[in-house]
Amino acid sequence: MNTPTTPLLKASGLCKFYGNRAACRDISFELEPGEVLAIVGESGSGKSTLLNLLSGRLAPDSGRVDYALAPGQMRDLATMSEAERRLLARTDWGFVHQDAREGLRMNVSAGGNIGERLMGIGNRHFGNIRETAQVWLSRVEIDPARVDERPTAFSGGMRQRLQIARNLVTNPRLVFMDEPTGGLDVSVQARLLDMIRALVAEMGLAVVLVTHDLAVARLLSQRILVMKQGEVIESGLTDRVLDDPQAPYTQLLVSSVLAA
Amino acid sequence: MSAYNFAYLDEQTKRMIRRAILKAIAVPGYQVPFASREMPMPYGWGTGGVQVTASILGPDDVLKVIDQGADDTTNAVSIRAFFAKTAGVKTTTATTEATVIQTRHRFPETNLGAHQVLVYQVPIPEPLRFLEPRETETRTLHALAEYGLMHVKLYEDIARHGHIATTYAYPVSVNGRYVMDPSPIPKYDNPRLDDCEALQLFGAGREKRIYAIPPHTKVVSLDFEDHPFEPTKFEHPCALCGSTMSYLDEVVTDDAGGRMFVCSDTDYCETRQREGHIGHLNAAAPQTCPEAAE
Repeated sequence: MNTPTTPLLKASGLCKFYGNRAACRDISFELEPGEVLAIVGESGSGKSTLLNLLSGRLAPDSGRVDYALAPGQMRDLATMSEAERRLLARTDWGFVHQDAREGLRMNVSAGGNIGERLMGIGNRHFGNIRETAQVWLSRVEIDPARVDERPTAFSGGMRQRLQIARNLVTNPRLVFMDEPTGGLDVSVQARLLDMIRALVAEMGLAVVLVTHDLAVARLLSQRILVMKQGEVIESGLTDRVLDDPQAPYTQLLVSSVLAA
Repeated sequence: MSAYNFAYLDEQTKRMIRRAILKAIAVPGYQVPFASREMPMPYGWGTGGVQVTASILGPDDVLKVIDQGADDTTNAVSIRAFFAKTAGVKTTTATTEATVIQTRHRFPETNLGAHQVLVYQVPIPEPLRFLEPRETETRTLHALAEYGLMHVKLYEDIARHGHIATTYAYPVSVNGRYVMDPSPIPKYDNPRLDDCEALQLFGAGREKRIYAIPPHTKVVSLDFEDHPFEPTKFEHPCALCGSTMSYLDEVVTDDAGGRMFVCSDTDYCETRQREGHIGHLNAAAPQTCPEAAE
């Protein structure tokens, strides 16, 4: 990976401690525009903490995260004002939670959920907002006729797809995903993964994907970080790491996947 | 009378409330926290409005109190009597004579002047409350002027009912900055808040917030380009005074579906009747004889 493009996101020496337990220790990497990076590791290895650090939802104890607001114009998240960070988070970024209920407004219709970001950036035309919501519903394979239904009437897989639509409606450049397929049954997972892969390719999205499922990482990501006890123990191209794991822990992880 | 300080509250409390009021006037639409006191009436009866009124009342003021436009309901009568007793101020039911008007859920039909102050009783001051339950988050949203959520509420209205179905407590943007709940006045009254000559103060006792609209402030009701704000329209004139320019209450008159629509502002309605405007159900109206009509 020695392409001369400028990175979209750059983490340098990120550390986060809970008491004297390190959740993340000295993590550095760069994310290129349009690249999908998977962060894998067992429960408690610091994946979610790292995701929160990267997305500015958590402040690191040391280290920094830089984001390219425009090509070549890197800004340290910590030096941004809260207003700038929040604007970034609801326009240029997306955040897909494992539990769709965290990422959706459950008492607001599907159209309202998708339209919230549009209204947040000043869209004031009901017809256009609703139309955009319907377009997005069909893009995530939900019947557009259900635009006025609340997510409480949707299945788990539909909620997850609605959450993705809600995040992508502003054409973000970077999406953080925290176990997007967790808690879904296998066939629903497969369809969701197909859909995410298509959208990522279509929109040129950069994705930081946290998962404990190596199959998900292999299917979606180009590059992978393997975490254990708050540290990155191995990183590289996904296929290389999964086919030829170097670190003993990665070898264990890869060999412990059940073959169907 | 001597058992009370003037207007019930002690002077230090009034100073504290006046400071909150001054800040509220300086930042139109911003909810200023204040140390709301226990008042000798239950929450929901206008403890916020009463504290604001007590703090701005002077011995020469003339006080009017209305409840849903009426001067003669329990809430209005009690609060008027309260200040007549504890402050000894002159009270009135005539909008034009009053210098301070405390109101629950209405803006008087008569235009207010620069010498008048309108004090609203507010149950829930936070317009974002039902969408965002966290107070810390709503404060951030106000601070950063992130009001997309308010339009989500209006969006839901249209998605569900085909039009903006919010008819009272209709959110407004004040001075192009803060989004404000105008208290549960009917949306019919919203246009009256804009560029009003009188000072408008809002007091929420239980929620401990004071906010204000200074005179001649721009107040805009939120809406969509393709679903613009529309004040309520009535199909009937007032049954007592015949007015077509006022907000009407529906009054059920019997158990056979009989009903009449009358002005909610009693002072306005009675003044018009005294001036000779007679509605079609007014007892003073000329009775049409069915035989003669044929």
